[in-house]
Amino acid sequence: MRYIVTITIALKEGMLNPEARVIRHALTNLGFPTEDLSTARLFRVTLDAADAAAAREEGARMCERLLANPVIHHYTIEVT
Amino acid sequence: MRFAVVQFGGSNCDRDVYHVLAEVCGVDTDLVWYKDGLARSYDAVVLPGGFSYGDYLRAGAIAARNPIMAEIVRHAKDGGLVLGICNGAQIGSEAGLVDGTFTLNAYPKFISRHVYLRVENTTSPFTALYREGEVIRVPIAHKEGRYVAPEDVIARLNCEGRVAFRFCDEHGNPTPESNPNGSTKNITGVLSEAGNVLAMMPHPERASEAVLGSVDGIKIFKSMMTYIEQHGHRQMTHQEFLQ
Repeated sequence: MRYIVTITIALKEGMLNPEARVIRHALTNLGFPTEDLSTARLFRVTLDAADAAAAREEGARMCERLLANPVIHHYTIEVT
Repeated sequence: MRFAVVQFGGSNCDRDVYHVLAEVCGVDTDLVWYKDGLARSYDAVVLPGGFSYGDYLRAGAIAARNPIMAEIVRHAKDGGLVLGICNGAQIGSEAGLVDGTFTLNAYPKFISRHVYLRVENTTSPFTALYREGEVIRVPIAHKEGRYVAPEDVIARLNCEGRVAFRFCDEHGNPTPESNPNGSTKNITGVLSEAGNVLAMMPHPERASEAVLGSVDGIKIFKSMMTYIEQHGHRQMTHQEFLQ
């Protein structure tokens, strides 16, 4: 079966996010006051797997092996 | 005694390190293209600075998963020296050779300038020729150089003497103002548990000749040479690596 695995990787709670800080500052300058802003990276992977659970597991392995750095990141996976 | 300087696609400080090792220090040094692997035995492997794989995903992340890194991890496990400089430090931390990671500077821009470092450890194979608390002047050039590690790891690094260098002012005080990238506790040089791997963001190869304005970095290479002389040369062959 063909699955689309959507992987979202974000910084762990409490980690400094310089990119988000700069973007939030720019939004403020453009007249968009915000209370908080965070960023994340999204990977959309199309792959063949036996079932949705296997596709999810493959996505988790990709995160552990390369996509995420466990020191600073956490990730969520959605399979469709 | 033989050193290897590993070249990845996008390495750009490989020849600078080679020059300092081979021509300034007079050590037998090979430039090793990453696809060729470690075909000979080496006493020390240097991962030079640059932008391997264009810094895509995270600086050092893709090079760290390259097959040659498995050989370098093995080399380190067998007690061989590994020095990661800048992108090499990022590769080394991504490969798990040292604890923690180097990520986007607190103020997210590329910083290229000389900084002061306080030598925190004078017993490692990389720092033995420095005096305790010595303040050295070495350049940095990076955008992803902020050292981050969980609190318990930082405590362990401090307790085990595994912080090699901290950013400091010219008097040796590790102040927030002297910390150019927001590194945790001003740390910018980290040793592995066994002490035979050093990952550092500053560039000692750019501070190894008077003509470049500082010779403070050369003691890192000379410390490594002294260590190898004192501890005997490694005779391991590629075949042994493969076993």
